[in-house]
Amino acid sequence: MTTTQSAAPAKTATPSTLAAAGPRIQNAVIKYGFIFVTVTLFTYFALSEPSFRDSATLLDTLRYVSVAAILGLGVTLTMAVGGMDMSVGAVAGLGVTVAAKTMVTYNQVGVVAIIAVIVAGALAGLLNALLIVVLKIPDMLATLGTMFVIQGTKLILVDGQSITPGMTQSDGTTAPGRFTEGFLRIDRGTILGIPVSVVIFGALTVVAWVFLARTRWGRVLYAIGANPEASRLAGIRVGAYRALAYVLSGVLASIGGLILAARIGQGDVSAGTSQLLEAVAVALVGTSVLGRGRPNVWGTALGAVLIGIITTGLTIKGLPYYTQDVVEGAVLILALIFSFTLSKRRTA
Amino acid sequence: MSPTEAPVEPAVSLRDVSMAFGGKTVLESVSLDIAPGSVVALLGANGAGKSTLIKILSGVHTDHGGEVTVNGSPAALQSPLAARQLGIQTVHQRIGEGIVPGLTVAENLVFEELAQARGNPFLNGRRVLARAREIQSALDLGWSDALLKRDVTELGISDRQLLILARALATRPRLLILDEPTSALSAAEAERLFALVEKMRDDGIAVLYVSHRLGEIDALADRLVVLRDGRLTEDQIKPFDWDSALRAMLAQAQEATTARPQRAGEQGAQGSQGEILLSLRGVRLLEGRTPQDLDLRAGEVTGVVGLLGAGKTELARGLFGAEPFTTGAVELGGKAYEPRRPADAIRAGVHLVPEDRHADALVPGWSLAQNISLPFLKSLSTAGLVNRSKEDALGRETIEALGVVARDEHSTVEELSGGNQQKVVVGRWLAERPRVLILDEPFRGVDIGARRDIGRRARALAAEGAAVLVLSADVDEVLEVADRVVVLAAGEIHLDAYGEDAERDRVIQTISASV
Repeated sequence: MTTTQSAAPAKTATPSTLAAAGPRIQNAVIKYGFIFVTVTLFTYFALSEPSFRDSATLLDTLRYVSVAAILGLGVTLTMAVGGMDMSVGAVAGLGVTVAAKTMVTYNQVGVVAIIAVIVAGALAGLLNALLIVVLKIPDMLATLGTMFVIQGTKLILVDGQSITPGMTQSDGTTAPGRFTEGFLRIDRGTILGIPVSVVIFGALTVVAWVFLARTRWGRVLYAIGANPEASRLAGIRVGAYRALAYVLSGVLASIGGLILAARIGQGDVSAGTSQLLEAVAVALVGTSVLGRGRPNVWGTALGAVLIGIITTGLTIKGLPYYTQDVVEGAVLILALIFSFTLSKRRTA
Repeated sequence: MSPTEAPVEPAVSLRDVSMAFGGKTVLESVSLDIAPGSVVALLGANGAGKSTLIKILSGVHTDHGGEVTVNGSPAALQSPLAARQLGIQTVHQRIGEGIVPGLTVAENLVFEELAQARGNPFLNGRRVLARAREIQSALDLGWSDALLKRDVTELGISDRQLLILARALATRPRLLILDEPTSALSAAEAERLFALVEKMRDDGIAVLYVSHRLGEIDALADRLVVLRDGRLTEDQIKPFDWDSALRAMLAQAQEATTARPQRAGEQGAQGSQGEILLSLRGVRLLEGRTPQDLDLRAGEVTGVVGLLGAGKTELARGLFGAEPFTTGAVELGGKAYEPRRPADAIRAGVHLVPEDRHADALVPGWSLAQNISLPFLKSLSTAGLVNRSKEDALGRETIEALGVVARDEHSTVEELSGGNQQKVVVGRWLAERPRVLILDEPFRGVDIGARRDIGRRARALAAEGAAVLVLSADVDEVLEVADRVVVLAAGEIHLDAYGEDAERDRVIQTISASV
C-alpha cells in the first residue's frame, strides 16, 4: 500500500526531451523565429544586391504585396471567429470586373465605381454569412462554393470577355467610357512619395488592428473563435458577429480588387484568382509571428512583407518567376511548422 | 469490505490500484474482485474516479499504481487492444463512437473482426452476413436478414446500443464494462438491454455496470460498490441498503459536516421572509414529466439537490435562456420573464455559472481579467474601445473578493488550479451584480478552501437582496450553503424545506424514496 502510494504521484507526465533540453531557447524560437528569418533575409539581400537597397525597390515590393495583404486582413478576421474565407480572391476579381463595367461600359466616374465595388464585396460577404451562419455549411466548403459562384458571375457579367476601354461590345457599339485618371491613381499615384496602394495597406492595417485588438467587437470575435459556446453563454450573439466577420472580409477583398483594377487598368477576367492562395498564406504566416498561434493583424501584415521581400530578393538574384510559387509555398509550410508543430510541443 | 471473498476465482481483480494526474490523486488504493457471472454496479458522483477506473481496465490509462489480474494472472493492460485481447470489453456512453456509418448492420456487428489486421483483406458479403446471423441468434436479438443488410444509420438509438453490446459480446469477453448504457434509452428500450445483460450474466460473463439510475441497479445488480473521491467507500450485496449507499456516494464524511461554518442562521420551518423574486409556474423540466412550480425569494440561497438527469441543468439553462422552457410561465420581479437567449437573461440580471467551466465558460489562452470582463465589455468600453485599466481593475477586484490564487490579473486561466478557475467564473458573474445568480454544480473539482470562498460570496450576494440558486448532486455541499433545500428527482420536486426540516437524512431519504 505504501509503495503504490509513493509510486503513483511520481508517474506524472514526463516532459519531452527537447523541451527539457532548453525550453527557453525553444520559446524564443517560436516567438521570434519568424521575425529573425525576415530580418536575416532582408539583411542578406540588402548586402549582396545593391539594387535591393534602393528605396524604389522597397516601395515596389510593398506595392506588390498590398493586394494580398489587404485580402489577408479579411482572412484574418474570419480566422479570428474560427472560420476561413476562401472566396477573397474571387471577390477581388469581381471588384476588378465591377470597376471596369461601371467605368467603361456605363461611363461612370471613379467614385461610383469605388462604391459599386465595395457594395459588391459586402454582398459577397453577406452570401458567405448566409451559407455559414444560417445554413450551417462548414466555412471552408461554403466559401469554396461562393468562390466558384462569384467567378462565374463575373464571367456572365462581361460575357466572358475582358473589358477594355474602346472595345467593341456585343451589340456592336464601342464602349463609351474608360478608367478615369483619378481611379488609376489608386495604384499608380503617390502620397508624399509613397504609392497610394501602400498607404491604403498601411491605413487598413492600423484600422484592422485597432478593431481586432482594441475594441470590444474584436475581442468578441476572438472569443467566438476560441470558445463559441462559452461566448454564447456570456450573452454574445455569436451568429451576428460571425456574419460581421464575413461581411468585413468581403469589403476588404473588394478594396484589394480596387487596387488590382487600378493596377491592371482594364477588366481582366482572370484577375484575382492568384491572390487567394497568397492571401490565405499571408494570414497563416501571420499566426506564427510572435508565437501567438492565433490570427493577428500585425502578423498578417508582416507575413505579407516577408513574402514580398523573399520574392523581390530572389527575382533580383535572378531566380526565374516561375519558381515563385514553390518559394512561397515553402515559406508557408515553414510558418505552419512554427505555429503548429513547435508550439504544440511546447504545451505538451 | 466483507462480501469480497468469492468462492470462485474472480474474472478480474484489482489490487491497490492508484492513479494521479499531475500530483492530484484521483484513485487511491482501490481493490476490487469481480466474480464471473455477476453484475457489479459502480456508483459515484461526478469526479469520484469512475471513468479513471474504467479507463485503466480498458487499457487507456497505463501508468497507474497497483496491479490488475485477469483470471488469476497479472495482466498488462498496455493498450485498448491488449485489454480487449485479455477479454475486457468496454461499451461507452457515447453510442455514436462505436458505430461506423455507411456500413451495414451486419458489417458493424462483425466490425471488430473485420478491423483485425490479420484478417482477410477482402470483404466477403456472404461470410459477413453468416457471421452476423450467428451473433444475432446466439444473443436472441431477433434481427432479420433484411435488417442486417440495412445501413446502420437506419437503426434507432436503442438498436444501435444493442448492436454495440452485441459486438462486444461476440468476442466472448470475461469482463464487460457498461458505462451509462441506458442514458439515451427510454424505459421500454432499456428493458431489452436488461434482458441482454441478464443473459450475459447467466453465461458467466462478469459485468461492471456504471449508471446513475438507481432503479436499474436495484433490478439488475448483484452487488454494488461506491467510489467517492477515488476510494471505495461502500460495498454491498443484494438486497441493497439505499440510504447507506446514497450517503456514501453523496454525503461527506461525518466529521467534515458537523461544523457548518457558513450556513445561514437556522430560519425555522417556515422562515421565508424575502419577497418572491422569481416564480415558475407549470414549467416542464423533463420530457413526459409533470410541470412544476417553484418560487425563489430575494435574500435566500435555494439549493436544489438531485442526481444526474434529475433536471437540474435543464432548470438552470431554461432560466438563463440557453435552452428556453417549452411550457409554463416565469415571472421575474412580478413581470413576465421569457429569455430567448442568454443575452436576454443577462440584461434582466439573471446570471448563470454553468456546470462545465471549460466547455461553457472559460476562453482558453485568455487572461483572468479578459475572461471576467467578457459578458460586460460594453460597460467597460468607450466608443467601442475596451478600457484596459478598468478591465484590469475589475480583474483585481475579483481576485481580491474571491481570494483567487494567481500571479496577477494577467495570468492565463490555464495557469490556475481547478478551484481557482471556478472562482474566476463565479467572479465573472458577480462583476455586475445579478438579481438572480444560478450556480450549476459550482463545487465540482474544487478543493474545500475554494468551496468555502465561493459559498461565502454566494451567501453575501443573497444578503444584499439577490436570489441565489445552487444546483448540485452533493447533499452536503448544498446543505452547507443553502437556506432552503429542494429535492429534484426525474424532473419533479419531492421536497422543499427550510432549516431543520432540511436535514441531510431527510434529504437522502427523499432521494432514495424517489428511486
